[in-house]
Amino acid sequence: MIGNDRVEVRKTHKLFVGGAFPRSESGRTYEVVNTQGEFLANVAKASRKDARDAVIAARTGFNAWSKSTAYNRGQVLYRIAEVMEGRKDQFINDIKDAEGISNKKATAQTDQAIDRVVWYAGWADKYAQVLGNTNPVSGPFFNFSIPEPTGVVAAVAPQDSSLLGLISVVAPIVTTGNSVILIASMNSPIPAITLSECLATSDVIAGNINILTGDPAEIMPSLANHGDVNALDLTGITDPELQRELEIEAAGTVKRVRTAPKSPDWYATPSLSRLRAFTEVKTVWHPMGI
Amino acid sequence: MTFQYAPAPESSAIVNIKSSNGLFINGQFTPGHGTPFKTINPATEEVLAEISQANQEDVDAAVLAARRTYDKTWSKMSGRDRGKYLFRIARLIQERAREFAVLETMDNGKPIKESRDVDIPIAAAHFFYHAGWADKLEFAGFGNNPRSLGVAAQIIPWNFPLLMLAWKIAPALATGNTVVLKPAETTPLTALLFAEICQQADLPPGVVNILTGDGETGRMLVEHPDVNKIAFTGSTAVGQAIQRQIAGSNKRLTLELGGKAANIVFEDAPIDQAVEGIVNGIYFNQGHVCCAGSRLLLQESIAEQTIESLKRRLQTLRLGDPLDKNTDIGAINSREQLNRIIDLTKSGEDEGAQRWSPDCVLPEKGFWFAPTVFTNVTQAHRIAREEIFGPVLSVLTFRTPDEAIEKANNTPYGLSAGIWTEKGSRILAMANKVRAGVVWANTFNRFDPASPFGGYKESGFGREGGVQGLGAYLTSEESS
Repeated sequence: MIGNDRVEVRKTHKLFVGGAFPRSESGRTYEVVNTQGEFLANVAKASRKDARDAVIAARTGFNAWSKSTAYNRGQVLYRIAEVMEGRKDQFINDIKDAEGISNKKATAQTDQAIDRVVWYAGWADKYAQVLGNTNPVSGPFFNFSIPEPTGVVAAVAPQDSSLLGLISVVAPIVTTGNSVILIASMNSPIPAITLSECLATSDVIAGNINILTGDPAEIMPSLANHGDVNALDLTGITDPELQRELEIEAAGTVKRVRTAPKSPDWYATPSLSRLRAFTEVKTVWHPMGI
Repeated sequence: MTFQYAPAPESSAIVNIKSSNGLFINGQFTPGHGTPFKTINPATEEVLAEISQANQEDVDAAVLAARRTYDKTWSKMSGRDRGKYLFRIARLIQERAREFAVLETMDNGKPIKESRDVDIPIAAAHFFYHAGWADKLEFAGFGNNPRSLGVAAQIIPWNFPLLMLAWKIAPALATGNTVVLKPAETTPLTALLFAEICQQADLPPGVVNILTGDGETGRMLVEHPDVNKIAFTGSTAVGQAIQRQIAGSNKRLTLELGGKAANIVFEDAPIDQAVEGIVNGIYFNQGHVCCAGSRLLLQESIAEQTIESLKRRLQTLRLGDPLDKNTDIGAINSREQLNRIIDLTKSGEDEGAQRWSPDCVLPEKGFWFAPTVFTNVTQAHRIAREEIFGPVLSVLTFRTPDEAIEKANNTPYGLSAGIWTEKGSRILAMANKVRAGVVWANTFNRFDPASPFGGYKESGFGREGGVQGLGAYLTSEESS
């Protein structure tokens, strides 16, 4: 046995873009501390250029992911849960450090986060049946409506729920076939970084989920006005002035914007609204006749 | 060969247009406080009536009336009873359908056969469809306890005045919201007639308020702090301005904006039917249709033959008096719109596309534009990129289905698309790949209250019609 005096190997915390782990092109990092103010890690501080690179990766990821079958998407999501389960202890420690909560609470959050991924995995081949339908139009036509993915979504994870909140934002976005650029909680980014390591080994298509660490106030404006981003999920934006600024930028290409919920309860069973938020209903008509 | 028809005008005696019209606030017609303006018949340039301009004071009064009725009456009324008011409105529109059709044609310039057979019946159908939803909202898939939003501000365009009113008001009322609606400046008359319908239906005062006015009235309405929801149909530029105006306010928003739809015809399509669909796609309602099939994509092998058939068919279209039952192409709605069409078609010629129109005598008075086809159009031309909103078709060609998809999706818009082919698997594959909210396969420009309508990308967000359309006016208990 190796003694307790072993010098541990520490990790460099990087971004997750296009299935790889780059440092910020800016070379910048910022210091993350625990709730007692003690040093935890130096974390990559993503720049606007990193965000633009992530959009390119996300678009590539979208083109592949949105074409995969619903059954396949469900399996990939379930695979994420499998890999997360194997890293449970790491998540629990990350959450304890990040949020300063008890082992019991951190365990409960991790369990719920993994179970939520399973919940959404099961939705992948069902939401279209619930959100879509045939329409009884008054004429000799067959008419049906189906939900399709909106495209590339830029999302801000909630600042306070470092794993469950993050999962609750990202899982529904990708369940419906979108790709995502997710900005982790600025003060508690380490569970998100651990998640990116799970994603890298979970059959997730490269670029489908991209995770940036850094300051949302710095990164988000360049995503909100980016022509190849289709929608914004501002769950983690609680500063009204920043929300306003991002919504103004979003109008440039008529982006769909989901704003922060008022008092989120991440432990409650989600509604369908997050699945619905980043889908587009397509309606197809065809005449009936012999 | 040209058939000669005797004129068959619908009589305008059925309508009784008041020379001066007020706003409809809290169940009463009241004079507006802004400077009145005139609405004209675009086919004759004759003044039809003087219309009130709502100013800030009027906007405040209308929103206050909508709020009070929402708080005291409408939000507390059972869905069953709300539904019965909507059924009444549907019936009243049916009963006065001819009056509505004639008035719409006079104020808008569209052919009477369209207002009579499309606009008015579908408007009535929208109220009938949504009436039945009012007491069944918990079954619509928005949670167990879907709730109304409050006061909805609704701004509609001039191309389908009553129909767009119905698309907005019917779902808003069915879901328990109250409404302040602003019709377009050039087409306010059927909205004011609808206000009379609200009175005849004994709809509680303040549930529906109608404010006439220009864009400034619309701006004041959008910015009013006591408005919970904004629904807008119109240009992408104005939609973007609204999105910016309400940024940070947490007002709910749905936008139904511009389009530049591709109508894709494959070599195995039934060409005669496709030609009818092409004509219906771009010349219906003078092309004043956001989902118009304004870009015709023809497979190369059948391009020449199809263009020839199309030109032959266009020779038979009858342009003229919109009240004449034989008229196919009516008047352009306004001088402003006519100038825009003229400007864009000129750019088409300047940029090298080839212009063609059938022999067609335009009336001396009024605003008219002959049906026009541009061939040799490239994707870079303005007439292939910008929404013309007129009877102008841009023809492009393609060789493979992949090329057709590339070209169809090469636009910031994504409202609608058409596919013409006899091959079922190709229809489904193309429908799957085209990024548009409504896809018509072997048909075009079909509308139904049960069928959701709305766009992808810069054509806006949210749906109108169908079960999905209810979501625009509901909120559910949401934990996260």
